[in-house]
Formats: sequence, C-alpha cells, structure tokens
Amino acid sequence: MRESRGAPNYEMQMSSLSIKNLHVSIGDKEIIRGLTLEIPKGEVHAIMGPNGSGKSTLSKAIGGHPDYIVTGGEVLLDGDDILGLDPDARARKGLFLAFQYPMEIPGVSNANFLRAALNARQPEGEEIEATEFYAQMYAEMDKLEMARTFTARSVNEGFSGGEKKRNEILQMAMLKPAYAVLDETDSGLDIDALRIVSAGVNALRGPNLGILLITHYQRLLDYIVPDVVHVMVEGRIVRSGGKELALELEERGYDFIKDDITEPSLA
Amino acid sequence: MSTATENQIDIDRTRGDFSYPESHTFDAGTGLTKGTVDYISKVKGEAEWIREFRHRALEIFRSKPMPTHWASKDLENIVFENIRYYLANGQKPTRSWDDVPDDVKRTFERLGIPEQERKFLAGVEAQFDSEAVYSNIKAAVGEQGVIFCGSTEGLREHPEIFRKWFGKVIPTGDNKFSALNSAVFSGGSFIYVPPGVKVKHPLQAYFRINAENFGQFERTLIIADEGSEVMYMEGCTAPKFETATLHSAVVELVALKGAKIQYVTVQNWSANVFNLVTKRAIAHEEAEVKWIDCNIGSRLTMKYPGVVLKGRKARGEVISIALASDGQHQDTGAKMIHAAAETTSNIVSKSISVGTGRSTYRGLVHIPKHLKGCKNNTECDALLINSQSRTDTYPAITVRGTGNSSQHEASVSQISAEQIFYMQQRGLTEAQAMSLSVNGFVNDLVRQFPMEYSVELKRLIDLEMEGSVG
Repeated sequence: MRESRGAPNYEMQMSSLSIKNLHVSIGDKEIIRGLTLEIPKGEVHAIMGPNGSGKSTLSKAIGGHPDYIVTGGEVLLDGDDILGLDPDARARKGLFLAFQYPMEIPGVSNANFLRAALNARQPEGEEIEATEFYAQMYAEMDKLEMARTFTARSVNEGFSGGEKKRNEILQMAMLKPAYAVLDETDSGLDIDALRIVSAGVNALRGPNLGILLITHYQRLLDYIVPDVVHVMVEGRIVRSGGKELALELEERGYDFIKDDITEPSLA
Repeated sequence: MSTATENQIDIDRTRGDFSYPESHTFDAGTGLTKGTVDYISKVKGEAEWIREFRHRALEIFRSKPMPTHWASKDLENIVFENIRYYLANGQKPTRSWDDVPDDVKRTFERLGIPEQERKFLAGVEAQFDSEAVYSNIKAAVGEQGVIFCGSTEGLREHPEIFRKWFGKVIPTGDNKFSALNSAVFSGGSFIYVPPGVKVKHPLQAYFRINAENFGQFERTLIIADEGSEVMYMEGCTAPKFETATLHSAVVELVALKGAKIQYVTVQNWSANVFNLVTKRAIAHEEAEVKWIDCNIGSRLTMKYPGVVLKGRKARGEVISIALASDGQHQDTGAKMIHAAAETTSNIVSKSISVGTGRSTYRGLVHIPKHLKGCKNNTECDALLINSQSRTDTYPAITVRGTGNSSQHEASVSQISAEQIFYMQQRGLTEAQAMSLSVNGFVNDLVRQFPMEYSVELKRLIDLEMEGSVG
C-alpha cells in the first residue's frame, strides 16, 4: 500500500484549483468580494448560495470571460496563475466549464465541434484519429443515453434543456479536464435527465479530476454527493462543511446562515 | 540589426500577393480609344463583324453614365484612361502540360493546385494574362463532341455556333460594364455540349491577373444543347498591387430544352480590384440553371447572376456566399425573370460582414400577370462580425396574377461574445472560434459546392478570420 492515495508529497500539494482572495467586478459593481477556495484534485466541492450571491460570476471569472473584471486575487491551477491567460489557454491547461446556458452554434455539428476542441489540444500540425474519436464519442454517448443522430445535429441548436446539459457532460467526458466547474447543471432538468446527467458526472469522478458544483438546490447533491460543501453569500464563502451542511441548508434555508454572519456585528 | 535580413523576413506573404516578371509581346497600352479596339481585334486576327461589334460597344459604353445613382460612389474612382485593356505574351493556347512555361506552372503552384489534382481537372482552360496559355482537354470530353476552348479560338473555329448566341443573353447595352466588356473582351471560355451529352467531370478554369493596372475582360459563353448536362468552375486569385485594377467579365449561358448547367465561381481577387461582372442565363423548356457564386475578394464586387426562365417548367437557382472584410464592399444578389408558365426559381444568399466590410444584397424577381403556376423562393441571411460592419438588403419582387407564389425570408444575425467565449472555453482560439462559427453559418450552402471548392472555401474563411482577430 505504498502508493496509497493519502501519501503526501510536493506534487500532490500543488494539484488543486486554488482561488485566493478573489475580487471580481462587472462594470462598476463588485460581485465577488474576497473569495478563497481550494479544490484538490480528486475531490468534489459544492457551492450553494442564494440567488445573486455571485455563484455564476465566479464560474465565468475562473473561465476568463472578458466582461468579468478581476480586480484582485489569484486563481491557481496546479500552482500556475491562470488569470493572465485567454479563456482558450485556460481550457487547454485542463479547465472545463459546464455552462448553465450552453450556447447554440448553428451549422456546426456536435461531432465537428468536439473534434475541433480535441484537435486544439494536439501538438501543432497533429490531429486526432477519426475512427478512434468516433469510438470514444459513441461510448460516452451511450453512457449518457444519447442517440447517434445527435452527432450530426448543430451544437445545442433546438436542444431541450436536458439535451443541452447532457451535451455539456459529453464534452467534459471527451475533453478530460483536470478541473471542472459545473454551473447550475441541474437547472431545467426533470428527474430522469437529472439522474442521467448525475450518473455521467459520477462516472467521471476520480483521482484525476477536481469538481466544483455550483447549485441553488440540495436536490443535485442527492445524486452527486460532494466531499465538501461551501456556502456563498454576497460574494464570499461564509461557511464550509461536510455534505450534511447541504441538508441543514435545505431544512433551514439560507437565512440562518445570513443571521450567522451578521451576528458578530450585532453583538 | 541587419536591415537586409529584416526586410527579407518582412515580406508580406498574404495569399494572392505574388507575381513573377512579365514579358508581353502584345500590349495595347493605357487608355481606351477606337485605336485600342482595333489593336485588340487585329492582334487576335478577328473577323470584320467582331471588329464592328466592338466598335458599336465602345460607343454604347461611352454614352452610358456610371450607375452611381443606385450603386456605390466608389465606382467614380475607376480611372479608365489609366487601365491597360489588352496584354498578351503571344503564345498560342497549348494543350499539354509540358508545353506550359515554367513561370506559369509556378503561379499555378502558388494558387495551390496540387499536382495529383490535374488528372481530376478534366479539361483545364486556364487563363493567364488574358490569353489562354494552358488548356488540356481530356480526350474523353472531346470524344463526346464537347467543345471547350478559349473564346478567341471559339470565335475563330466555331463561328456558326458562337455567333448565334453571342451577345443574345446579355445585350451589349445591358449596362455600362457589359458594353465595356463587349468592346475590349479577350479570354474567357467557350463551351458547347451536344444534345444528350452529360459531361461527367466539372470543366475548370483558373483566371489570374498578373499585371498592374491591367483590366481583365473575359467573355464566356456556354451552350448546353437539348438534354445535355455540364458543370463549369471558375476560380480567381490575383496578386496585390497599389493601384486599382478593373475586372469586368460577361458570362452568358444557354440551356436548351431539358439541359442542365451549373456554374460555380469562387472569386478571390485582391483587395484593390473592382470586380464588375454581368452573368446571365437563358433556360428553355424544362431546363435547369444553377449559379453557385462565392465572393471573398476584391475592393468592390457588383454581380447579380440571373436566369431568364424562358420555357415552360424551367428552373433557375442562385446560391451565393459573400464575405466582406475590412475595406471591402460585396454588392451581390440575383435576378430571376419568369417568362413562361410553371417556372420556378430559388435564391439563397448568405453574407458575412467583418470589420468595416459591407455587404449588400440586391434581388430582382419578376413574375408577370399572364403566367400561371410560377414559384419563387428567396432567402437572404446576413451575419455581422462586429459593430462597424454593415449589411443592406434591397429585394425587389414583383409577383402579379393569381396562380403564382413567392416566399421571402431575410435575417440578420451576429456572432455573440457569449458564443465565442463558449467555444474558447472548449479550447479553441478566438480566431478558430470565429472561423468555425462563420463556416457553420454558410455550411448548408457550402455542402452544395464541389468538394475541392468547399475545402478551398473553408481555408479562405479560416485565413480571413485569422486576419480579423486582434
């Protein structure tokens, strides 16, 4: 058992997505106000929070969306600061965002889009092999119960909410990121779709992937059980705990946390 | 440190921007007079009727004003006196690849025509400086009785067929530039397909300008006799020069009863070329004419391929793609003249405007009152890449009578920052994301292109998008 998972070494310590004292503004308005969070590779962390707490802003800022201005702090991917990188360079370093509202790309088939994304990760002048690509894609599609006809359809165009979310998980499975941020992946899903999408995410869990789940509801966490739960209010993490924290939130609502935070200042 | 080295590295390798030393045996000089026309006619050894035809055309050209009351004022920047109307190196058209001069071969190499593709080019008529220097008609095509040659040769060797149709689809006085072409035309192709003959491989022609201030005035005439089928492909790239160049072609197609003609163009002139082209077809009973027209290059293109639906159940189609990048104006469209019952026409136009590029769609559909059972479908979609770009649509559809129908759909869309971010998040660079989006926008049309053209087109869009991103 020498190579036990817990064996601490320098390499392991660097293997995390680490957010340190992050400040993010949209226009003049500061949304993220000094947020610190560390997701070690192999763990699943959930961020819960009321509407308007800055959850989606966090995912866009980590991804490098140009409208989200980082005014302070760091985001380290395995020890490297990625804030100076373009969104595509961050992606190629192993960062993946599952979007709350995946975009439609008319005229570009799912298969072509995935191939282009995979080819962008190959060394200059090299391309992935077509038969291997299709074999892999079909295998992943089967897990997500997606019909083969899907490959020829334009990316997300005319997709139902459930199909769009499944497509995000398919892309994630194919692109094999080191860290994935799943933004409200449960929104707009019925129970069956939620089950399929969650099973897809659970199948990808493992020592080589760190996951940050952003969700408004506890419901998702019944299917994808997190290692750590964080509560975000007004652009900061105000509490962290085990999976039972999510249940407590579900039972008592966000207000009890808000009361918690305001307590010291009241005292 | 070393300036010489720096200069070498600094060479602008923009596509199309290259040229080789020129040596012209025949040069009509700059400017346009009766003497210029006589010179051209004499060098070509033309019959008297052609010389007279040219002279009449010159008068019509002079009498017509510039169409700037509706078209771009940029036309006023054409200085006709500075243009050379005829240049040729005096070589006779050659049939075998071995006969083609090395520098011409080099040019073809730069145009990216791979060696193995030559076999596929069943009968290549390649124009180099207004006179065909390379034509390699595959034996099979000739054996079927198909005539495929330069227009000069066509006029000389086949006047009985040529004269019957020449200038009948597009009269000299159709517009100022068709008159100009009629006065000084040289080069272009002549094709005749005998009844019932179906030409398997597309006939291809590559056109190229290789001299500064040199206008190119091809004249192409294609006649598909009853029940025959032919596809013709025309592609252009041009070297870049500082002063404006004029290109003004006239292309006439005649599809007799039950014949099918497809005419494919990928136009990629350099960004200083005025490309003012008149293209029209006549479709007889149950004939089909399809124009596939793609405009990527030039400073200003004005081109509205048309079909006159002359016979019952004739069918006309224009599929067009225009890409207007910084400083370019693609003013394109289609004309469908329904002149017989149960005729149908279909127009699908997609334009992309990038940066300060401007695209304009002009469509003319005419269905008169006395006809029955005519149908037209028009779709035009515009894609804008950033806020500076501009698109205009001028559809003119007149449908009279009760038994006819027309559908018209138009849309303008934009590639959103969110879409680009989404694609970048999957690892594509901004340029790759733009390119994929633009290719997606035109994808359903490009699928109708012959294979090698769709590949070329994708490559051209990639290049344009690379240039458009920071």
